[in-house]
Amino acid sequence: MTALPETPGAAPDTSPAAAADRSDSGHGRRIFAIWLVVAVVIDVLFVFLAGPHLPPGAMTQNARSQQIDFTVITATALPVILFVWVYFAYALIVWRHPKGEPLTDGPPLRGHFRIQASWIAVTTVIVMAMFVYGTVELIGPAGAGGGEGPAPIWTPASSNVLVIQVIGQQWRWTYRYPSFGGFETDQLVIPNDTAIAFHVTSLDVIHSFWAYQLGVKSDANPGSDNVAFTTTGSATGTFIVRCAELCGIWHADMTTSGVVLSKSAFERWATLTEVKQAAATALLPKFAWSYTPDANGADGGYYPDSKDPYSSVQTYGS
Amino acid sequence: MTIVAESPVVTVTDEPRQGWLSQHLGTAVIGAVGGYLLGHWAGNLIASGYPTVTGTAANGANDVAVVLGLSFGVFGWLLGIGALNYPLAKLVGREPLAERPSVGWSRYFRFTLDHKVVGLQYVIGVLMFFFTGGLLAMAIRTELLSPTTHIIGPGTYIAIVGEHGTIMMMMASSLVLGPLGNYLVPLMIGARRVAFPRIEAASFWVFVAGYLVILTALPLGGFPTGWTGYAPLQTQATLGMDAYLVGFAVIGLGMILAGFNMAVTIINYRAPGMTWGRIPIFVWSMLATAALLTLATPVLFVAGLFGVLDRTAQTAFFVNEHGGNAFLWQNLFWFFGHPEVYIMALPGFGIVGEILPVFTRKPLFGYRVGAAGMIGVSLLSFFVWQHHLFQSGINPDMRPLFMLTTELISIPTGFIYLVGMGTLWRAKIRFEVPMLFALAMYFNFLIGGVTGVYLSDVPVNVTLHGSFFVLAHFHYTIMGGLVFAFFAGLYYWMPKMTGRSLNKTLALWHFWIMFIFFNLTFFPLFLVGLLGQPRRVFEYAPHLQMLNDLSTVSAYLLAASMIIFIVNFVWSLYIEPKAAPENPWDSKGLEWATATPVPFHNFDRIPLVLTDPYRYGEPDAPPVAQITEVPLPPRVREPDPLGSDAGGVTGGGSADG
Repeated sequence: MTALPETPGAAPDTSPAAAADRSDSGHGRRIFAIWLVVAVVIDVLFVFLAGPHLPPGAMTQNARSQQIDFTVITATALPVILFVWVYFAYALIVWRHPKGEPLTDGPPLRGHFRIQASWIAVTTVIVMAMFVYGTVELIGPAGAGGGEGPAPIWTPASSNVLVIQVIGQQWRWTYRYPSFGGFETDQLVIPNDTAIAFHVTSLDVIHSFWAYQLGVKSDANPGSDNVAFTTTGSATGTFIVRCAELCGIWHADMTTSGVVLSKSAFERWATLTEVKQAAATALLPKFAWSYTPDANGADGGYYPDSKDPYSSVQTYGS
Repeated sequence: MTIVAESPVVTVTDEPRQGWLSQHLGTAVIGAVGGYLLGHWAGNLIASGYPTVTGTAANGANDVAVVLGLSFGVFGWLLGIGALNYPLAKLVGREPLAERPSVGWSRYFRFTLDHKVVGLQYVIGVLMFFFTGGLLAMAIRTELLSPTTHIIGPGTYIAIVGEHGTIMMMMASSLVLGPLGNYLVPLMIGARRVAFPRIEAASFWVFVAGYLVILTALPLGGFPTGWTGYAPLQTQATLGMDAYLVGFAVIGLGMILAGFNMAVTIINYRAPGMTWGRIPIFVWSMLATAALLTLATPVLFVAGLFGVLDRTAQTAFFVNEHGGNAFLWQNLFWFFGHPEVYIMALPGFGIVGEILPVFTRKPLFGYRVGAAGMIGVSLLSFFVWQHHLFQSGINPDMRPLFMLTTELISIPTGFIYLVGMGTLWRAKIRFEVPMLFALAMYFNFLIGGVTGVYLSDVPVNVTLHGSFFVLAHFHYTIMGGLVFAFFAGLYYWMPKMTGRSLNKTLALWHFWIMFIFFNLTFFPLFLVGLLGQPRRVFEYAPHLQMLNDLSTVSAYLLAASMIIFIVNFVWSLYIEPKAAPENPWDSKGLEWATATPVPFHNFDRIPLVLTDPYRYGEPDAPPVAQITEVPLPPRVREPDPLGSDAGGVTGGGSADG
């Protein structure tokens, strides 16, 4: 036989202390006041102290805008987090069940239309604001450094865009400069104050080109072209390139560095390298937006040669 | 006062226990081994001459043999445990053998029709998954102690990373619905059984089969793709990849079965008076989760099938050079993968929603808002998956669209905070162990959820995607949210499920060490990701070593808290068990109104439900249900509770809730 347990303490507390306790607005005001002070202080501290130092730094326009975006999101999120924390802390301290006393129940508050409606309204407004802001930031600095696929819709304002092809393979990065004869190098050298288009592709599996300080991340997909833009600022210096998509055993080792030079230094380097590597460049597959490995890669090559029965079929460069 | 008594009808203890020659775990193992050997042999027969992706079968790299071996092995496992007896009998037009309900401790090793036994089997099952994945995590963190000194090779490391992730994700999909959902939902809705007891039991044995399949990946050499399995690396990989693909297909099958059964049970087996407005919030979360399990998992199953076919039958779903597209895997996987993570979030919401009223002695604030939030999350979760592909080269028009849907889903996700905070208002809070875990869930999930907002913002996503920030985000939501909620539920419902309580002192040590060191393990990883460390690496920039070491040392202490839990679990249940009071938490839930131990048929009479289980603070409120006590004549053989008139004899109606 089963019977329902009689749960003790079914009556709400009617002591004088509880009557004083019943002033809802008192609690609400106190929580709001504590929250307001804490949120403002911490928000201001964060925006001014941490803001300028946030990743990924300000080396390029899109990196700077990502930094600002991060600051804005945190400045919005911090008050929300603090509201929950202040509320929980207040509740857990003030509304404990008195120790050792027989079990009593709290008031049967099952809902409150205004509070529920306000919560839904406020969270919707915050979320929609984040969406609008994020979209604006995405469009503004020409795609914010992310890979837009082969047909980008957000392009830099400047008409003078330097094209660099980034080729990922297991497990290294190489770069081709089509405006300088298409030479291939493992050094990523870029000029300052220039809009740059990275055309990222892969020769085998999916990698991801992540130039941290440039604020660029674009997946390297085999057989396809993923375009990401950046506009360098006037600062010169080095930056790190990592692979951000697991591509096999040595994924962790696909780390190199690149350098931002002044425009004249870059020109000198590029023309010099073009001349130095002319012989090697002639042996490379013709420059193309993506490269398909030789259909019969039994000898491991991406380059057709006389040994391949299908060597008359040009699968790249056309 | 509640009477703890045996039901007056003939109980199953009068029947002799099934012996060693019946079907049990042992026969399942025999079936699995036999099936594997048969499949492997058949695979070699078919395909020994094929050139496979990584070589020819002559050098042992025969994917066909592995795939067939694993598949036949799973089939043999199910045959051995007796999961297929009923359908096979019906298939050949015979009446199935009468199923004798098994008794005693051996029923936990058998295919059983008692949803409560399945629930307890799942408890052991999920803990097995969890601790295996946890050991692998310890290996990962140990390797990351130094960026230059390596204790394991890169191939082994990446195999361990993938295995850890896959095992944990497989476990977390059923972490709550399996043990707690299967055990408690029928009790909470006043039912005597689930809708499909055989499907439910099969889901457990398939779950265990999935565990064994994914474990075989390690001796087969591991898989190099991580749990996300991206093609073309997937197509390039050696034999361990087949275990991943078959393993996911098997686990997916179990998830579909479990979800389907749960949804039908909740919709059709509610007791009279149990309207949609009266079901406990935990049941709402189980319904929302079941919907996702049933609708999203088939996509995973199909994706795994495509991958297997590419690697064995020379199809080209994911092979660019032959007209397929590697992109397809990403889309199929994440179309499942995003609902999957809500499969992991929603049960946590349900548990804390159930626990808070009991330990605040107040009704759940905003019950309808909470339930609406869960349904909203469930629906919206199908529309956000491209946020995993923001940098993959998708059509750029799609990015603001999916940014919008991802931001929108944070609105219903936030409702659980409205509900929790409202329930805490002017409450009478008791800090019992389940409440501590529930509060910790709120704390952790807040951090996890807010960091998700960063990832949903596309410009910031450019910095954060593929870095440790993402890793810290999902560990905060899945481990900090779901696993903490799971422990809350386990400590809370253990007295009902086993009649024993877990030791309170050990539980408090477990909680505090777990909470503190969980945060110390994963919070530094946000910073590490922000500072540029990609995921799944064994080497990193030297200036990040201190943060990584802080994380590793904390991880060891987090593991120590799990050892405390295991000691508590084993001690309190087996070594020095102490009987727990009937309703130690003074909860008004209907599940607490059953006898302990809960009889096979749950309720002597189908209850007539009068109200929801949150009528705290109302001295005149009716009890949650009316369970009248009418003595039955002794030794009346009760009609088969699984027959068509289940419950009908008691006049309470059965399936038409």
